[in-house]
Amino acid sequence: MNVLSRSTVLNFLEKIGGLSRFSMRFFRTAFRRPFETKELVKQTYEVGVRSFGLVAIVAIVIGAVLTMQSRPTMMKFGAEAFIPAMVAVSVLRELSPVLISIIVAGRVAAGIGAELGSMRVTEQIDAMEVAALSPFNYLVVTRVLACMIALPLLTVYADFLALVGAFIVQNIEAGMSGRLFYNSVMSSVNFADFAPGVVKTIFFGFIVGIVGCFEGYNSEGGTEGVGRSATDAVVVSSLLIIIADVLAVKLTVFFFDIA
Amino acid sequence: MPEKKETTTHKTLIEVEHISKSFGSNHVLNDISLTIGEGETLTVLGKSGVGKSVLLKLIVGLMPLDSGIVRYEGRSIAEATEKELNEIRKNIGFLFQGGALFDSMSVGENLNIILHKHTDLPLEERETRIIRALELVGLKDKLDEMPSALSGGQKKRAGLARSIVLKPKLILYDEPTTGLDPITAGSIAELILSLQTELQVASIVVTHDLPTAFTVSDRTIVLESGKKIYDGPVEGLAEAGHDHLGEFLKAAKLDRSRREEIIKNAHKM
Repeated sequence: MNVLSRSTVLNFLEKIGGLSRFSMRFFRTAFRRPFETKELVKQTYEVGVRSFGLVAIVAIVIGAVLTMQSRPTMMKFGAEAFIPAMVAVSVLRELSPVLISIIVAGRVAAGIGAELGSMRVTEQIDAMEVAALSPFNYLVVTRVLACMIALPLLTVYADFLALVGAFIVQNIEAGMSGRLFYNSVMSSVNFADFAPGVVKTIFFGFIVGIVGCFEGYNSEGGTEGVGRSATDAVVVSSLLIIIADVLAVKLTVFFFDIA
Repeated sequence: MPEKKETTTHKTLIEVEHISKSFGSNHVLNDISLTIGEGETLTVLGKSGVGKSVLLKLIVGLMPLDSGIVRYEGRSIAEATEKELNEIRKNIGFLFQGGALFDSMSVGENLNIILHKHTDLPLEERETRIIRALELVGLKDKLDEMPSALSGGQKKRAGLARSIVLKPKLILYDEPTTGLDPITAGSIAELILSLQTELQVASIVVTHDLPTAFTVSDRTIVLESGKKIYDGPVEGLAEAGHDHLGEFLKAAKLDRSRREEIIKNAHKM
């Protein structure tokens, strides 16, 4: 038992060390030629546009469910009119950035982990290396940057759709007009509610991309290893997003005084 | 240990001096030395797991050496900067066991990405080079196919076309015929020899397929338990005193007549 927990700790530390070195390599390489612009555009499309449907469903459901859940309590305190403001602040500050990042981590980090893992075990990455094609630039830098570009955009998109979901529920259950909902939201939220939520998703995008690439790029053990890379990519990136969010909230409170 | 080392007249391209490689307690290669000259074909024979593929990866710098040195035209691979190593690698083609085609790209794109990155050729000239390379391996009609639509043998041929498209001085073949039926394996071996004859490239062919070795070799080395136990002409294997190998060779009744025929046909092309 003691031995098992010791090896688990060692494996964990080894992974953290490996991930740190991999991240450093990313920063050293990202600003060096060759810049793979075409591949970056392709990957941004893969990460962003191909997540539109999933993000839309999740965002609408978040807005609608939050409104439905908070309605009875707010009504009990006679604060029904504050429902749009409460939902907007919750969605913009926290729910949309974190939940969308975790959802995207599930789709994208797993995909990157499996794709690069499969390229590793079929020697495609070695083939790129031997052909002097700089696989780190071509495969890793483009995917990480694509996640960093796409996640903030997906978050803005999700913010909007979550509010649409909230409005639909408010309209059906309380007959609230669009104009009233809009005014209620706009009078209660400001830049400090919206911007930090979007900015932190740039870092969450980095986490999704770098963890997915790290797991796939270092995959070993054949097809079983590829499966493990995909699973680890999702688990580790989701966990790191949640941990990073605690730090992000602390920084937001410190810099924007939104308490 | 009988070792008939053949004196080579070719200008030296690759020098491997006293290299060793271990994975944990598994000593895969132990004090291996060899040279290969321009236009020469060296086959590396040995059982599975003896370190043949590792040797190729060490030569091209895909793995770090534990000790020893590998030089390409006198330049140390291990001491080369990333830029220098990339320059060296442009002169080396590598055919991986499964072809290792980039599966998100068509066959043509697999070749084009290399020409696009490393040459200033206009698109039309790149297309001409790509079609010529695919013609050489008999896959001209597969230009727009995705790798998933190709058979095992076709993948290796396409991988070979990718390896020669930059006109390298050296091609490394990692088990080029493994997993193929005897007819396809024979055609790959013929292809290797034809390319060597036509393009005058040096080759290192790692294999445990003796008919392939008999078809393509100028010189052969045999690895066993991490050591080189034979270095000489492939015909000398039967008399080299390795019981198992000798018996196998005699039973297989391999000869070099097929090789002469292929070389003659390649010159006619």
